[in-house]
Amino acid sequence: MRAAAESNDNERIVLRAESLWKSYDEGTVTVLKGVDCEVAEGQTVALCGPSGCGKSTLLHLFGGLDWPDSGRVLVNGVEVNRRGDLLHLLRHQVGFVFQLHNLIPDLTLAENCLIPTVAAGIDRRAARERLLELTERTGLSHRLNHRIQKLSGGERQRTALCRALMNRPKILLADEPTGSLDEQASKVIFDLLLDLVATEGATLLMATHDRNLAGRCDRLVEMHDGKINEHAHAR
Amino acid sequence: MIFLKLIVTNLRRHRIRSFISVAGIAFSVAAMLTVVTILQGAIGMFSSILSNDSEVIVFERDVSDLFFSNVPGDAATQISDWPMVAHANPVLFGIVSSEGHPIITCFGVTASDARIQKAAWLEGDRGNFAHHDDDVVLGARAAKFLSASLGSQVQIGHATFHVIGVLKTANGFEDGGVFMPLTSAQSFFHKQGTSSVITIKLRNKDDAAAFKSMVRAKYPNLIALEDAEFTRSYSQFRILKATAWAVGGCGLLLGGLGVANTMIMSVFTRIREIAILRVNGFSQVQIGGVIFGESAVVSVFGATTGLLVGSCFLYALKLIPALDGYVDPTIHPLLMLVVLLLAVLTGIAGALYPAIYAMRIRAVEALRFE
Repeated sequence: MRAAAESNDNERIVLRAESLWKSYDEGTVTVLKGVDCEVAEGQTVALCGPSGCGKSTLLHLFGGLDWPDSGRVLVNGVEVNRRGDLLHLLRHQVGFVFQLHNLIPDLTLAENCLIPTVAAGIDRRAARERLLELTERTGLSHRLNHRIQKLSGGERQRTALCRALMNRPKILLADEPTGSLDEQASKVIFDLLLDLVATEGATLLMATHDRNLAGRCDRLVEMHDGKINEHAHAR
Repeated sequence: MIFLKLIVTNLRRHRIRSFISVAGIAFSVAAMLTVVTILQGAIGMFSSILSNDSEVIVFERDVSDLFFSNVPGDAATQISDWPMVAHANPVLFGIVSSEGHPIITCFGVTASDARIQKAAWLEGDRGNFAHHDDDVVLGARAAKFLSASLGSQVQIGHATFHVIGVLKTANGFEDGGVFMPLTSAQSFFHKQGTSSVITIKLRNKDDAAAFKSMVRAKYPNLIALEDAEFTRSYSQFRILKATAWAVGGCGLLLGGLGVANTMIMSVFTRIREIAILRVNGFSQVQIGGVIFGESAVVSVFGATTGLLVGSCFLYALKLIPALDGYVDPTIHPLLMLVVLLLAVLTGIAGALYPAIYAMRIRAVEALRFE
């Protein structure tokens, strides 16, 4: 992620924020204060900063889950707004991974993963093949028909990762994806996340508190009090 | 498949709540079915009294109830002479009471009436009917509750009658009724020289329209209606039908409110789940589909259960001796279809607000919901 002025002409910008302002509670709490930033295709970007600095809000705006009070959000050059094709964005362009896995407990692992394909109307056979491919890579193939309650925390987060990638999105937005896991499980999930993003050729924008994990991304961006304070190469 | 599972999962998750909703719809449907079927059966029975071996009924124009109809005796005599008429039978209806039985239907009929001539006589001889003024014939059920048999004296209203026969008919009203000679009934009910209706059998059914025109021309105070026409237009029947549907409709409304309550609870308890579906690309229509699907499952299941319960209840009523002949447990397929359709529509209407609420849930806010 970088300021718009710094973008390299050879890089294709897939996420762009222009002067984003966002407040809650009828304007009494301003979360984003004129954020400008870009993410180039294929980058892994860590978004760091204290709680409440606006990391999650920025991710939500990029994913079309929320709207800025002013400013523009562009995904693959197309502005995300109320009139835009948000369903296409959510079904095909971005995948979400949250701190809490946000799986439906009464469904099985396979059924949870297939939800995005049902929403997008993807052929059942193709969806099943994709499911088998992703669960094989994440070591969950033996758990396909298990209910979510039967899975460990790490398995649940891996399931959430599979679900996010089911429709082959080119952008993965991850909000503290390891925040609810212990150190060991965090490392495993993050390794998997980077591996999947690399093999899928996707772009990763991840909010995290974990400096060690952030250091393994291509870029590290600091947010503070609704602004991007600095952006630096993480490695 | 997953879509269906999303629908069913929530119903299974809250089994008791789902059961109560299904029961609400089921009892509504059963109530509607029972009330409508019983009243339609009653209407059918009353109609069959009038249409017994006849196609057209003649009665006084603009009366609210056939019990208040007065048809002059000479009209029956004259009409029976018309060439197109095979026979014309005057019938006088009356209500009497006897000890312990506040309502007994009385039929004042002539000896040639189809009821006397074609019914199965359990006791007595049909050839003896109308030989004496104080002779009566009892329906089998009337004989039972009046504890009377051939040769008995029975107290009906203010008079005592001599039982000269007991007959069995499939019609509950007739089976629980008393048959008197027309002249006796006229005297008993102070309606000398009149009848309530004239039942007409035509030589050719195609002459019905011509017959009605002749009645209109010759007797402006009378009206002639074909049986089906009468059943459709008779105000008492219409009031009964409207009452039945209104009572049934109230039942369904309550069932619908039950579904609405269930669906509102369903949406409120799965806000986070709906948000997850939204984040994963479910459209508002798909979310609405899940909610409507859930209510449709409740409604269809409830309506089917209601049909079964209602049918069983009607059969059980028929088995009660006191109601034998009064309840026709046959449920018309069209009624079944209408009730099913109404139940599903009620369920869908009940899910309308919850579905709109669910469709408007904003994922970003709902994901914070615990």
